[in-house]
Amino acid sequence: MTKSQHRQGAESLPRVAGNGLIDRRVLLSQGTAIAGAIGVGAATGAAAEPLANDPWSLAPGITIPPYGQPSRFEGKTVRTLTNPKLEPRGSAARTPHHLLNGTITPNGLHFVIARGGFPDIDPDKHKLLIHGRVKQPMIFTVEALLRYPMTSRVTFLECGGNSAPLYAKDPIQANVQALHGLVSCAEWTGVRLSTLFEEVGIDPEAKWFLAEGADAPTMHRSIPVSKAMDDAMIVLYQNGERINPSNGYPMRLLLPGYEGNMNVKWLRRIKVVDGPVMAQNETMGYTILLPSGKAWQFFYPQEVKSFISHPSPGMTMKGPGFYEISGLSWSGNGRISKVEVSADGGKSWALAALQTPVLSKALTRFRMAWNWDGSPAVLLSRATDEAGNVQPSRATFLAERGQPRASPPVTAFPMEHCNVISSWGVSAKGEVTNVYV
Amino acid sequence: MSTFETRVLSACIAVAVLALRTGAAVAADAPHFGQPISAADTAAWDISVGPDGAGLPPGSGTPAQGAVVYAEKCAACHGDKGEGKPNARLVGGQITGNGPVVKTVGSYWPYATTLFDFTRRAMPWTAPKSLTDDEVYAVTAYILRLNGIIGDNDVIDAKTLPQVKMPNRDGFIPLFPGKH
Repeated sequence: MTKSQHRQGAESLPRVAGNGLIDRRVLLSQGTAIAGAIGVGAATGAAAEPLANDPWSLAPGITIPPYGQPSRFEGKTVRTLTNPKLEPRGSAARTPHHLLNGTITPNGLHFVIARGGFPDIDPDKHKLLIHGRVKQPMIFTVEALLRYPMTSRVTFLECGGNSAPLYAKDPIQANVQALHGLVSCAEWTGVRLSTLFEEVGIDPEAKWFLAEGADAPTMHRSIPVSKAMDDAMIVLYQNGERINPSNGYPMRLLLPGYEGNMNVKWLRRIKVVDGPVMAQNETMGYTILLPSGKAWQFFYPQEVKSFISHPSPGMTMKGPGFYEISGLSWSGNGRISKVEVSADGGKSWALAALQTPVLSKALTRFRMAWNWDGSPAVLLSRATDEAGNVQPSRATFLAERGQPRASPPVTAFPMEHCNVISSWGVSAKGEVTNVYV
Repeated sequence: MSTFETRVLSACIAVAVLALRTGAAVAADAPHFGQPISAADTAAWDISVGPDGAGLPPGSGTPAQGAVVYAEKCAACHGDKGEGKPNARLVGGQITGNGPVVKTVGSYWPYATTLFDFTRRAMPWTAPKSLTDDEVYAVTAYILRLNGIIGDNDVIDAKTLPQVKMPNRDGFIPLFPGKH
């Protein structure tokens, strides 16, 4: 788009949907266009205070540390933990999406689910075994894997149980960290699994392999060989540094777009097998019981989903005026092709701006300009992926999965692969809550 | 680029593609940093069990033997008779009807081999892989007995375990390959 086209767009920017949504081009234009488009060219608040130097501008600062930490004023930007004392059960750590922006999750804030804490693995002693239906079983040390050609890929990882609270019978009042905090996104770097399968001489007829961790419960899953030959990787780096210990150090399996649990952390063994081994996490866990009494099994790609992170439940809007609505969208089936936003509970929709680059199977930030008039509103986002999959309404989702019978605790997993549209109510006081429409 | 250069380039690409197809150049140039290991030397890690019983070790156990192991190693988390609390319920439950869904070994798990596999690799939580194979067979037999799936005197071993027909054996619809 040329500059003049930008201007033309700005001058004629319509309210593109009900309740104050503004054409997304306002976010792509110059600042003056935003002011013109929403009719607030002149400052409306009280004048700013006269300036003075603060103490940090008047004396030398602090020694630069070997490994930088966030500002001490950002102490609230942390994961929430379901098992902080490591009692004998699993642990979940959720990403604080309401306090983040952009698309990449810092390593210390990436979500984790672990069955038995995280293992403190010495990389010099860790080994990856590949065996089973192969010509030659082999051991790969970390040192050896670091010598292979590497590839990097930005992908989301999402727990199959993420967003399960949205399936509750009544809306659970919790923030997006509690509702959607089991999805994160990072740049992962490592070796293609197909490279290693070629080296060990995988049986060309083999259809399945299992991947298993070195953690205490030695968690394992069955995985189709077709995924290994498509885009699976053994990754050693997360956002440029070696994988965080709670996310699989020194190596994990990466299956872009597939259910998080299959991306086995602390990977120590791959066995090429005759068929699915029917692991506990693919029979008892990560299956979806339908109203018929039958259960879906081997539900692999995380389907198209989005949610608005700003504003979101628990926040309070500071009076009428201009706001940027923004949130995250993703699909395990490819790129996000569009995200629509509604401010009137789904009566009318407008296209959000997608932050580029829009990467396949990666978190994609969407943004929408909104002039809130101060009256009650209901904000929704609806994502569509390049395969044409559309995020379902609650009614559509429940028609297939069945009516919820209860509103369990927010940390429970009453449903897997829940990608229903999220609805945030905004009251006249600006309070944002989780609502159903 | 001249026509001649284009032709030379095309010829080079053709040769390279041919080499890739034959695999000759790839084998010579690809990294090979794996260390061969014998099947026997992988035994300590080769613990996965398939639904057909592949991977089950020698050994056996009965419900009575399993009750002793269970009381000592399992009951604190799973209840005296598998009724659960603080952790997962193992016995009874239901997945149909109007009441709450309660997924247990008895009501939901499709394969008895999974019970052996999971117990051997992951339980007890504080000391996984500490049970002997006989103890795992025995505690598997005890949980199956509590669910009324086997009898008091049934012996569970590598031959009998895969033959146990779980109540929800036909309760699953695989989506791969298929819907996705």
